[in-house]
Amino acid sequence: MSDSTATGPVLAADGTPLKKSLAQALRREKTRALLLIAPLLIFVLISFIFPIGKMLFRSVENDIVADTIPLTVVELAKWDASSGELPNEDVYAAMAADMVVAIAAKAHTRLGSRLNYEQTGLSSLFRKSGRAIKKWDLATDAPFKEKFLEIHDGWGTVEVWQTIQTHSGRKTSGYFLNAIDMQLSPDGPAAQPESKQILITLFKRTMIMSMIITISCILLAYPVAWILANLPARKANLLMILVLLPFWTSLLVRTSAWKVMLQQQGVINDILVWLGLVADADRLVMINNQTGTIIAMTHILLPFMILPMYSVMQTIPITYLRAAKSLGATNWTAFWRVYFPQSVPGIGAGSILVFILSIGYYITPEIVGGTKGVFISNRIAYHISSSLNWGLAAALGAILLALVLILYWAYDKIVGIDNVKLG
Amino acid sequence: MADSGNTGAFVEFERVQKSYDGEILVVKDLNLSMPKGEFLTMLGPSGSGKTTCLMMLAGFETATHGEIRLDGVSINNIPPHKRGIGMVFQNYALFPHMTIAENLSFPLEVRKIDKSDREAKVMRALDMVEMGAFGGRRPSQLSGGQQQRVALARALVFEPELVLMDEPLGALDKQLREKMQFEITHLAHELGITVVYVTHDQTEALTMSDRVAVFEDGRIQQLAPPDKLYEEPENSFVAQFIGENNTLEGVVNEISGERAVVQLDSGDLIDCKPINVSKVGERTQVSIRPERVEFNVDRLQEGTHRLKAEVLEFIYMGDIFRTRLRVAGRDDFVVKTRNAPDQVRLQPGQEIEIGWLPEDCRALDA
Repeated sequence: MSDSTATGPVLAADGTPLKKSLAQALRREKTRALLLIAPLLIFVLISFIFPIGKMLFRSVENDIVADTIPLTVVELAKWDASSGELPNEDVYAAMAADMVVAIAAKAHTRLGSRLNYEQTGLSSLFRKSGRAIKKWDLATDAPFKEKFLEIHDGWGTVEVWQTIQTHSGRKTSGYFLNAIDMQLSPDGPAAQPESKQILITLFKRTMIMSMIITISCILLAYPVAWILANLPARKANLLMILVLLPFWTSLLVRTSAWKVMLQQQGVINDILVWLGLVADADRLVMINNQTGTIIAMTHILLPFMILPMYSVMQTIPITYLRAAKSLGATNWTAFWRVYFPQSVPGIGAGSILVFILSIGYYITPEIVGGTKGVFISNRIAYHISSSLNWGLAAALGAILLALVLILYWAYDKIVGIDNVKLG
Repeated sequence: MADSGNTGAFVEFERVQKSYDGEILVVKDLNLSMPKGEFLTMLGPSGSGKTTCLMMLAGFETATHGEIRLDGVSINNIPPHKRGIGMVFQNYALFPHMTIAENLSFPLEVRKIDKSDREAKVMRALDMVEMGAFGGRRPSQLSGGQQQRVALARALVFEPELVLMDEPLGALDKQLREKMQFEITHLAHELGITVVYVTHDQTEALTMSDRVAVFEDGRIQQLAPPDKLYEEPENSFVAQFIGENNTLEGVVNEISGERAVVQLDSGDLIDCKPINVSKVGERTQVSIRPERVEFNVDRLQEGTHRLKAEVLEFIYMGDIFRTRLRVAGRDDFVVKTRNAPDQVRLQPGQEIEIGWLPEDCRALDA
């Protein structure tokens, strides 16, 4: 190591390799930097990355069937579901054994709820059967097939057993199929009955409305950002405060304010009627529908469009426009050919921000959206807090996340993510 | 030469005034007329109104009062894009999202010139500034000097008769700047274009221009060819602004035609040429160039007044020697001498006598 040849590694003054020496010199700095960000890093890991991962995992996880009725699952695997005949006594005996254990642990109702997502009625089947099976003695009461059929007709239908068999795996694609209006039937993936098809519509609506909101934001924000970027600093600051003002007001207050503004007996309708533009009898319906959601969300998300646009436009010197005009371009040509292309990174950054925020938006559509103006996020919230179908909620969330990532990727391919400037 | 009607001037400012806030005049009563083909430099310290004048000519600022004419036609109400004036900006203002060729093609496209003509013209303009190989690059991939050339080519590609340049060489280093100064002047003369050039660098103004307009306080202080400007400044601002200058203050003691005797505040008498003074007793600033001061007593004219001087500092600058003297109570009096084999090198502390030709010493306004 001590004698350096011409081809050997570059050495520092004391003979240690330069790379090692450099790493030692930088180690202290790196450690310090890491320590400084450690609290946030740990916080993000524990409270964000980990729960999200866990939540997303729920979209495919299906341990409940195999854990609650393990013997039945094994026996049921031998049964040919397509034969059209009921399973044999072995399956019923296994089910009886499993149920006695499950009832003692009060796990059978949860299994019922889980299977009820797939076939309506199974929840009550399990609940009712539980009360009867509790009194059975496994050693003496065999055979169980007739006893099951006595409790409930459900145990005598092939479909019930098919459902249990189909969903007995520890991993399931069922939630994801449900999320796109399909279901996992014994014969593989199939379309949901028409009455239950809603999620694709909601996804489409979320996408289309988010796009409309993003476009309205671009149209409204562009001139404002332009003025902001070209005013003298003092006036620009005042205007900037006005732009930021909404951030200082509660989201709920702002959304409720729109409710007051937009309702049929609201401020806007009153003014239109007073001006005679709208007849009193047919006041405009602007709330509890898509119009309401679009208006309120455009307003709420506008600052997220203005700020990146402003920061990009600030860096475009006015001389470019002057140069274009001195070269013979009209005001419009100068703007369109010279200024606008340079402001595209700001539009891109603002659009990504607004679009992503808006496809996950929940409160505003919930308050002003009515039934026609709700987003997929409202459905996710419903499954999380009301129907308690967390698996489906997780699947919907995962799809939403995937959509965002795909869009992000597409944007990178088309415009280039380097072109996004947030400040 | 000029095909316009009234005065034969190509560019004319007549009684032009400009105010931004309605209180202060940035440009006060500007009158200027340029023949076709002239290279005129507007020179002045920052805030003297020179850039404002250029912007009014380009159409980016409107004159508060007065008329600006181009080729005999008033252009006050013509928008910038219809004036057909080429312009080179301070930081080049090359469009960063276009290639060099697209930048040059832009003025031709907006003029609806067809594609093959456009390509030929772009190529010719790029070759003119020796940038033919760079058409496909982006401005950010070029050095400052290359961007400067492209900016020049872009201002010339649509063959304007008048080209404005707003401190175009300000961002370049000294050597490159000097090279570009020559290139720009050569190009301008070759193409026969009229150029209005704005700078605060007096060397640039002197080396490049046919005439220089020295701006100060919103007025043209002097408009003259470079040699005249340097050797015959008309007032003390121009004398001090252009080149290095020694100033002495005093009162006119005698005056007769081309000669005057001024009594300095120290009591010494000197001979000079009256420029802005007309009567005995008037206060005056006397200006003398450092290289016109003579301390070889043998070479001084008979009968002229001489001043006592004490050598304070001798600075060796290679091609010249710069000697600082205390003269008539002021210790910022500078003498420049050429580095020649027989040249005297003065020593600090030495007492000498200095003098000059009366016509080199100009008695200006106080």
